[in-house]
Amino acid sequence: MTSVSAKRISWVAAAGIPLLFAAIAMLQGRIDARIPTPAAGQENLILSSAALIKKFSLGYEPLLADIYWTRSVQYYGDRVGVRGSKFDSLWPLLDITTELDPKMIVAYRFGAIFLAEPGLGGADRPDLAIVLVKRGIAQNPDNWELNADLGFLYYWWMRDYPASSQAYLVGSRNPKAPPWLGMMAARIAQKGGSIQTSRMIWSQIYDTTRDPTVRKRALEMLKGLKAQQDEEQLNQLAETYRQRMGRNPASTEELRSAGLIGGTPVDPDGFPYVFNANGESKLNPKSTVSIPREPKTPPQPFK
Amino acid sequence: MSASAIEISELTKDYRLGFWHNRVRRSLDHLTLKIEDGEIFGFLGPNGAGKTTTLKLLMGLIFPTSGTARICGRPIDDVKVHAEIGYLPEQPYFYDYLTARELLDYYARFANYNSAERRERVNRFLELVGLASAANVQLRKFSKGMLQRVGIAQAILHDPKVVFLDEPMSGLDPIGRREVRDIIHNLKIQGRTVFFSTHILSDAEMLCDRVGVLVEGKLQGVGAPSEMVSMQVNAMEILFELREGLALPATLAAAKSIGGRNHVEVPEEKLYATLDELRKCGARILSVSPVRPTLEDYFLKLAGKKPSAPVPMEAVSR
Amino acid sequence: MSATTGPVAINTFREAVRDRVLYNLIFFALLMMGAAILVGEISIGIERLVIIDLGLTAISIFGLVMSVFLGVGLVSKEIEKRTLYTLLAKPIERWQFLLGKYAGLLITLAVNTAAMTLGLAAALFYVGRPFVRSDASILIAIYFILLEFALITALALFFSCFTSPMLSTLFTIGVFVAGVFAADIRNFGALAKNPALKGIATLVYYLVPNFQNFNAIAAAGHGDHIPASLVGQNTMYAVLYVAVLVLASSAIFSRRNLK
Ligand SMILES: Nc1ncnc2c1ncn2[C@@H]1O[C@H](COP(=O)(O)OP(=O)(O)OP(=O)(O)O)[C@@H](O)[C@H]1O
Ligand SMILES: [Mg+2]
Repeated sequence: MTSVSAKRISWVAAAGIPLLFAAIAMLQGRIDARIPTPAAGQENLILSSAALIKKFSLGYEPLLADIYWTRSVQYYGDRVGVRGSKFDSLWPLLDITTELDPKMIVAYRFGAIFLAEPGLGGADRPDLAIVLVKRGIAQNPDNWELNADLGFLYYWWMRDYPASSQAYLVGSRNPKAPPWLGMMAARIAQKGGSIQTSRMIWSQIYDTTRDPTVRKRALEMLKGLKAQQDEEQLNQLAETYRQRMGRNPASTEELRSAGLIGGTPVDPDGFPYVFNANGESKLNPKSTVSIPREPKTPPQPFK
Repeated sequence: MSASAIEISELTKDYRLGFWHNRVRRSLDHLTLKIEDGEIFGFLGPNGAGKTTTLKLLMGLIFPTSGTARICGRPIDDVKVHAEIGYLPEQPYFYDYLTARELLDYYARFANYNSAERRERVNRFLELVGLASAANVQLRKFSKGMLQRVGIAQAILHDPKVVFLDEPMSGLDPIGRREVRDIIHNLKIQGRTVFFSTHILSDAEMLCDRVGVLVEGKLQGVGAPSEMVSMQVNAMEILFELREGLALPATLAAAKSIGGRNHVEVPEEKLYATLDELRKCGARILSVSPVRPTLEDYFLKLAGKKPSAPVPMEAVSR
Repeated sequence: MSATTGPVAINTFREAVRDRVLYNLIFFALLMMGAAILVGEISIGIERLVIIDLGLTAISIFGLVMSVFLGVGLVSKEIEKRTLYTLLAKPIERWQFLLGKYAGLLITLAVNTAAMTLGLAAALFYVGRPFVRSDASILIAIYFILLEFALITALALFFSCFTSPMLSTLFTIGVFVAGVFAADIRNFGALAKNPALKGIATLVYYLVPNFQNFNAIAAAGHGDHIPASLVGQNTMYAVLYVAVLVLASSAIFSRRNLK
């Protein structure tokens, strides 16, 4: 035996709750229609560690992404330039970061540079850098910077100029993209690789990045490329000198005396260039500038 | 014809016990009772008799297994009756983060007073239950008796027609008991109906128009206190001193001597004869008083048990 | 709000304030201060993003903990302490009491969240850049978090109407986790060959509250636009679901014998 009002409420509940649930289901259908349903299954069954972390973050992925991003930067910062360093965890860290927050552009762009760098500068995995940047483009179709990064990766590390040109071209279609993307596309399609093009690419990276580590790296590259370009020019002048004087120049001073140049050429650090015994122009031993060592052959794609 | 204040009919409550709720305990067994307007009714019974169960059923806190009840003519499951009633639960406890004043003001909000009326009323009732000086103290700092007083204030704050009090005197000091008696008495003067439970017969005797006695969920009897056992005197006790060297008459051999004083119980009709005899032997009478059965005696009798009177050793040893 | 529900709600809010529930704001303030100072040191290029993510996550977690633990105590504490006896003897229906308690906790959560929002704004102001239009999405994300609290509180209230506070807490957290994984339940169903399993998965998907709907922290961090229609749909969703839970709670609680 229960009270009248309890009975009344029970009736309202019994009649109302199914109706309300019907309305809820309809509403949920509408909300679901906003997001395309993931292509049936597959992806959901095979869980990478990144995807697992995402699943179990209970809706708090963004903050976790920030934490992983910070860890990635620290991980890289602790190892860069240190003898014997390996960067094996850089890919998993960036993978998790971008899985948790697929819109974190800085992380893709960081990966584009430092996953690919060889030696003490990065993980030497341009293939993974490409995977990462491509994922970034898929998740952020309106971001042209990632297209430029992809173009850079194909251009610089893979020497795949058609693919590079194509990446720039796709980026240039973005209404927000600046005109130089289209120019790069055309230029690379026409001429392939050149120091001039390389310098343009790095200076765009320098201009567009907000990440100080990337910016520092871009500046080093620009200095190196400038030095490389200078050396090529000096070597041409040395050839002229050789033809004229019948011997190698010993210093830039001799080029000046011969009237080939109007001053003392210095590298981006301000040190004069020198010549070795074979008459090849070299950086001053005191200079910190380093000429970029480009991969001799494109690295084999991973998997 | 106007309805009675309280009409209880065949009200029964079974509690289900055990993990699977498969054992049943009957706490109230077909209680039928009618209480008229303006009556003060005392609900008596030993511990576990079902008094609190009855009150909780009437308040709609628990639901009856069977039976019905009406208050002021309305069925108890109609929440509108709650506007007409006040309730003091057993061992009341209140929001301990509120002060006494805030608590009463909170309860007064359910009675449609405007804020000025509420303030006036709250102050008046705090005064009435003797808590004016503790009005702004948080209830977590209140003693048991002070909480009881707050409980009484909230039960009568809104001038209810029928007031239910579950052991209103418990936890109170002697002054508090008298004050509560006065409050209940005043409620009667104002024409309100009061239904209260107690173990204490003297409280009931002093206040009630009628009492009902409940034992193990069954109503044993209802009547005016004078009709109940309490007023039937079944013996007189005489306390006296004997002069030095004098012996007791044979008729008073049953008298016991404690600390130089003697006392004897005699049936009422033999009182004067006994007193004559004592005078003859020169005894000094210290007191003569009626012996009434205690409530406990009455409860035990109803429960079919014998009072555990002291028994000589020979009777128990084999 | 009816004449009886209002006082109950206000008293519930007062209880939370007097029981120093709002002290959690101190921790939040310290957290935001620490984050604002540290963020420039440790997070490169994403200071603002970190402040927004951290702030919204903290608002959400602090509030969820409050919703669950205060929510399961709303009714059970009053029964346990028997404060309910005197209250229900007043002219108030049990469902009005429930609604009042529920509303009281929502007021508490709203006030708490509003204070935290101010703290978040201060931290954002500290790390630079004046507020921009896209910051509106932060406010919408906070509104969604509040809707989430409303749902969780209703769940806690519902369970506490028929089980112990311990079990209610477990059930509430369980449903919350299930609600976060709602989409996975559905996807699992989509893969299943067995039509019965498929049906059950779909049923469960629509039955558990879908908390993923209310997750807009990422969007807020990146300043993404949140369409007004989604705000409307989410509001409607929360209102309907809360209605279900409060109605069911009322039906159960109205029949309950109080100890
Ligand atoms: N919630 C409950 N569950 C099971 N049994 C109960 C419950 N409440 C009371 N009872 C039983 O019902 C019977 C009557 O209890 P009740 O509290 O009504 O007695 P009472 O007359 O008020 O006693 P007291 O004078 O000690 O207050 C007791 O046997 C008690 O054990
Ligand atoms: Mg009792």
